[in-house]
Amino acid sequence: MARAKEPSLGWLARNELRLSWRDWQAMITAGNKRSLGTALTVLLVVGLVLHLPAYAMLGPVGKAGIHEDVASLISVSLIVVLYTSLLLAQAMETVTRTLYSRGDLDLVMSSPVSPRRLFAVRIFINALLVAMMAVLLSSPLIDVLILTGGWHWLSAYVVSIAVGLTAGGLAVAITIGLFRLLGPRRTRLVAQVVAAIIGAAFAIGIQVMAILYYGQLNRRVFAVSSETAAAAPPAGSLLWLPARAVLGDPLSLLVVALAGLVILGAVILVFAPRLGEHSLAATDLPSLRGRARSHRFDPGSPATAMRRKEWRLLRRDPWLVSQTLTQLLYLIPAALLLMRNFGQATGVLIVIVMVLVTVGGQLGGALAWLAISGEDAPELVATAPVSPRAVTRAKIEAVLGAIAAVLGPLVVALAFLSPLDALMTAIGLLFAALSTIRIQLWFRSQAKRSNFRRRHTSSRIATFGEALVSFSWASAAGLAAAGTWFAAISVASALLILAAVRAVSPRKAAAV
Amino acid sequence: MDAMPALAVRGLSKAFDRPAVDRLDLTIRKGEFYALLGPNGAGKTTTLRMVVGLLKPDAGTIEVEGVDALADPIAAKRQMAWVSDEPMIYDKLTPLEYLEFVAGLWSIDTATAAKTANELIDWLGLRPHANDRCEGFSRGMRQKVALAGALVHDPRLIILDEPLTGLDAGTARQVKDLLHARVQAGGTVIMTTHILEVAERMAERIGVLAAGRLIAEGTLAELRLRAGRGGSLEDVFLTLVANGAAA
Repeated sequence: MARAKEPSLGWLARNELRLSWRDWQAMITAGNKRSLGTALTVLLVVGLVLHLPAYAMLGPVGKAGIHEDVASLISVSLIVVLYTSLLLAQAMETVTRTLYSRGDLDLVMSSPVSPRRLFAVRIFINALLVAMMAVLLSSPLIDVLILTGGWHWLSAYVVSIAVGLTAGGLAVAITIGLFRLLGPRRTRLVAQVVAAIIGAAFAIGIQVMAILYYGQLNRRVFAVSSETAAAAPPAGSLLWLPARAVLGDPLSLLVVALAGLVILGAVILVFAPRLGEHSLAATDLPSLRGRARSHRFDPGSPATAMRRKEWRLLRRDPWLVSQTLTQLLYLIPAALLLMRNFGQATGVLIVIVMVLVTVGGQLGGALAWLAISGEDAPELVATAPVSPRAVTRAKIEAVLGAIAAVLGPLVVALAFLSPLDALMTAIGLLFAALSTIRIQLWFRSQAKRSNFRRRHTSSRIATFGEALVSFSWASAAGLAAAGTWFAAISVASALLILAAVRAVSPRKAAAV
Repeated sequence: MDAMPALAVRGLSKAFDRPAVDRLDLTIRKGEFYALLGPNGAGKTTTLRMVVGLLKPDAGTIEVEGVDALADPIAAKRQMAWVSDEPMIYDKLTPLEYLEFVAGLWSIDTATAAKTANELIDWLGLRPHANDRCEGFSRGMRQKVALAGALVHDPRLIILDEPLTGLDAGTARQVKDLLHARVQAGGTVIMTTHILEVAERMAERIGVLAAGRLIAEGTLAELRLRAGRGGSLEDVFLTLVANGAAA
């Protein structure tokens, strides 16, 4: 039999793009093919609407222009670093998922196609997708700068693509590095935690800076003090190359673009031959058989059994812990504020009240999804001689207990500074968590626990509802702590949001 | 034998796009091993899911050990255990913790539950893995854990939907032995299966469903008579289904 030629790189790339498109399509439409047009329209509208705040933020900057002084270069560099960190976090998450999911691995590795070629294409396409995401996310800001400042801002798009390609390549290098350093078993968790930390690091860093230097900084796009500018390298330094590229310096732009391509090319050359082996090593791991300490066998009541089961499942899932960790990272600035103001004026503590309540609401929604929609043995629970109402109540208690365990110590610490603020936080937390849990009950749909990352795609209304209601309760708690009756408006707003979400929900909490 | 049946279903109906179960009458005696057979889409799983309370019937009645399962589902569920073809267990729990959880749901007292759980763990050969999390278990081991969960609360009626799918010969034998022992001890077992040899060897009575209706029921000898031919259960089953489709 005559042998056909090995598939070309173009053919492999087309196949990878098709798979990525289908994956993305499933993600934005939650698996409903018919809603693709609607989802794309909504995305387009949201993208256009985002140009308005972008205009408010950067319109004056574009009109006035930016001088290439050190302070401006620091500001622009910070934006580039922030953006790179966000893209790197996303790319690492994608690479880890690819590495640890068997998918088509058996087919690929058993086919007569060179794994080196295939994984080279796969790394390239992944990086390309990260670059596309980079362009899409930055387009409102860059478009506004082009509209108000001129065509030279097109350079920001080139930097965006280069940063995306670099992040796509670096993500592979970092993940494989971790793989070699820690072994396949630990890499998954560590990579996800690192990605979460990288993703949150800069946003948190900015908040931390704002807290530490509150009242001392000259606020611009980013807070850059004259002392910082004076201590930084001069404007001609290579350190500011990406910033100068963003501002349109042709030579810097060329260097940044080439650097992105070179980094990605190097990663492909070095890591593509081994990616298949690493993937096999990751997916062929002998399944982890974590041992639990033998304990006294005590079933307890149905409610006790249900709560204990939920807590055990949460505690034993490092991946979920890392996801939760991402949200908790945002508490760091609040904790810093707490430490800084210990024993001082308590006015700024209102910020902590609001942060804690917001995080509590978000945590409530996430944990409620796991307990309610992410039940792994729904038929076992449904065939047990326990009423659905009792099951739901036990699950809600488990979620509230977990929130109390995570945020309780911070509320107690707050109570030492200001009992009133702590009381308002506790009340706000309770209402925020109950509200987001309630939304999860209205929108519950059976799903695998492992689909936690994609829970937002199943209902965007629920996602927005959870966020808005958390902010409303946070605002109510903060205003109440400040002693103003405007808190009542926020309470009314939270209740209105809940009513609106309930009105459009597929079920109106018949279970509770 | 007690006159009250373990399960009595009357006029049970359920339609999705088309009728899945159509005015079904079914009586399973206490202490009986009953096999429910039928081609794909015959309504076997739908029937059993209505019995265990996972689906609400459109019409009909269900009595489990004399308890009206639709009027008092909690009391009916106390008598039953459900084992599906896909083991319903938690990856992050150990077999012992899983059994503790199930015993808690069924409100079994600690001493009884601990004794039964440990007996089941030993019986099913799970002792070396009793404190390992289930996430690394093979399909056979997962099905054993699920089966132990179904038995830990000592149900009078065990309902199994294709419990032997994907099991190796050794594990399948253990499951069959365990079910056989339950029947010997006075329990009732209802099982759907596509493995006709299992039904032929284990079931005292066999029901054949087609298009949501019970087209034949009885011992293997009675079914042979009904089909008008001898041979294996497979031959009889195919004849009955063909006759049922033609009718």
